[in-house]
Amino acid sequence: MAAIIEQVEAPADLRPEVVGRNPWALAAHRLRRNRLAMAALGLFLLIVVVCLAAPLYADHVAHVTNPLAPNLNGTTVINGKIVPLMQQGGGTLKLGETPIAPTWDPYHYALGADNLGRDVAALLLYGGRSSLFIGVASAVICCLIATVVALIAGYFGGVTDSILSRIMDIIWAFPLYLLAICIATELLTHSNGFQLGPLHVSSASLWVPTLIIAFVFIPYVYRPVRGQVLSVVRKEFVEAAIASGASTMRLVFSEVLPNVVSTVIVLLPLIIATTLLTEAALSFLSIGVQPPNVSWGTIINDGEALLYTRPWVSIAPGIMIVLTVLALNVFGDGLRDALDPRAKLRVEG
Amino acid sequence: MLTFAVRRVAWTVLVLFVISVITFFIFFKTPGVDPARALAGRNPNAQTLAEIRAQFGLNRPLPVQYLLMMKQLFVTRSLVSYSNQGLLVVPEIAAAAPATLSLVFGAAVLWVVVAIAMGVAAALLRGTWLDPVLMVLALIGFSAPVVWVGTLANYVSQGKLHDSFLFSWVPPLGYTPFTQSPSLWFKGLILPWITLSILYIGLYSRVLRANLLEIQNEDFVRTARAKGLRESRVVARHTLRNSMITFVSLFGLDFGALVAGGALITEVVFAIHGVGYLLWQAFTNLDLPTIMAVTVFGAFFIVLINALVDVAYAWLDPRVRPT
Repeated sequence: MAAIIEQVEAPADLRPEVVGRNPWALAAHRLRRNRLAMAALGLFLLIVVVCLAAPLYADHVAHVTNPLAPNLNGTTVINGKIVPLMQQGGGTLKLGETPIAPTWDPYHYALGADNLGRDVAALLLYGGRSSLFIGVASAVICCLIATVVALIAGYFGGVTDSILSRIMDIIWAFPLYLLAICIATELLTHSNGFQLGPLHVSSASLWVPTLIIAFVFIPYVYRPVRGQVLSVVRKEFVEAAIASGASTMRLVFSEVLPNVVSTVIVLLPLIIATTLLTEAALSFLSIGVQPPNVSWGTIINDGEALLYTRPWVSIAPGIMIVLTVLALNVFGDGLRDALDPRAKLRVEG
Repeated sequence: MLTFAVRRVAWTVLVLFVISVITFFIFFKTPGVDPARALAGRNPNAQTLAEIRAQFGLNRPLPVQYLLMMKQLFVTRSLVSYSNQGLLVVPEIAAAAPATLSLVFGAAVLWVVVAIAMGVAAALLRGTWLDPVLMVLALIGFSAPVVWVGTLANYVSQGKLHDSFLFSWVPPLGYTPFTQSPSLWFKGLILPWITLSILYIGLYSRVLRANLLEIQNEDFVRTARAKGLRESRVVARHTLRNSMITFVSLFGLDFGALVAGGALITEVVFAIHGVGYLLWQAFTNLDLPTIMAVTVFGAFFIVLINALVDVAYAWLDPRVRPT
């Protein structure tokens, strides 16, 4: 996106009225003037960068050698004293073992430990990597597939359109979680992983939830994009291209596609927001991210068992999700206002 | 109108058929999944497997197997669970339905009332500080994962604050049937209702506000004002009424999806033994017949609701009626 904006930006010495009214430049201008949307984009990028820096935090700040491995016999330092991570007789009943509470000291288990003695702060960053990967990758895959299908359906019309649209209706008719549970049952029963063409995907791979989530949201993107393709196909410039003897490929990719890309770009952040929420829900039901991987959803799920003694294990990943999704929704709204001011687009979910 | 309804019904029947065939294939015909082995338990010998195949019709041709399955689902209702063979799947789902319906109906009432209030207030107060505040609240509600809201609600109401006067009325997690104790039923569902409705309040109030603002500039609203109608009447009879079209069709879809198992996160977090909870348990036991039955019934319910919404929509608004 940034690359596109920079390409079309006009040289600074040109006066505004001389600059060609390139729609991308206009949109970028409108977007930059929307402070709230830019702040939201900044927040989202900050969260991404912080999560990508998870190994740096684990190695150089928290000094956790293997953040995802159980560390039941580990110790840490509070106020200069060495303290075991799992404390005997914690909680209200003074029975069993309770992980240490948040120390609020970034060097020593800032957010405490979870049931396995792992550093929650480090887990949060590593979990963010999985969650963001699944959210972004599934949204991108979903938008790509939906756009291609919508282009085929809208461009060829007739029987092709009817068949593709009916298939989308059927995917749409399955309740979201039911569909996800069905696919997950199918994928997880193959405990040795499964073959996807030339690729081998193990059942603990992050690609499993990514593909499930990408699949269930295809109709949500397909519908608005197909509508857009249908309206573009009837425009005069497409007729002109046909008259000048353009091939089908050329018509689809250089005449129609550039005119529906803005619709897809507007939908993308809103779809990422939705896929992030879906990842949290699926991982909570243990259909999503499988151990040894962690995600914000699985950390909330693990924290359930500690809810009344160490609530921060569940609360912290939730705050991260709310911030990320909120940033994406605010930015998505701004992007829509900028790219397509009279838009009727909306993500329903 | 009649041809439209007939075409819609024909299409609905076709979708239902396709959905049932797909689910049948997903659950019983994928390589590596052998229903006879699942029914037979641990280490079955070949003879037991053959007997089970004959008994459940698993050695018959595929179309016959499909028909047998549909007969077990809809006519004899004798589909047996894999994890507990004394358990019939269909009555099990019927028994779970009241909990789900109580949860979804209550939440729906709450979200419709609050979303209309917030949407109308934000649209009327446009230009004051209240509009952005309301919309930011809506956006936060729309961005919070249901799992987390429910978990927080549990932490607050069942944890340390449970003994304080604020939350001492909250009963332990779980569902009490209305027939058993109406007051416990109500108290136990208040927090689940709120949890489930927050997302929809956020979504619907934003949609309603946008529609209201769009319709405020239409000619018929200006006409109503020019006639000298009171502002309250203009809002109630002209703008709000016309803005409700999107609202109503969204509501149909969301309500259908929630009843059909979409409320399972709320059900699992609050230990409400409804259809979604049943589905989740079936998933953890890999109990394929139950998953299949919930999927088929759920998808059927959604398709039927969608068809009803479409017909109602065409009846309300002649412009969308296809010719």
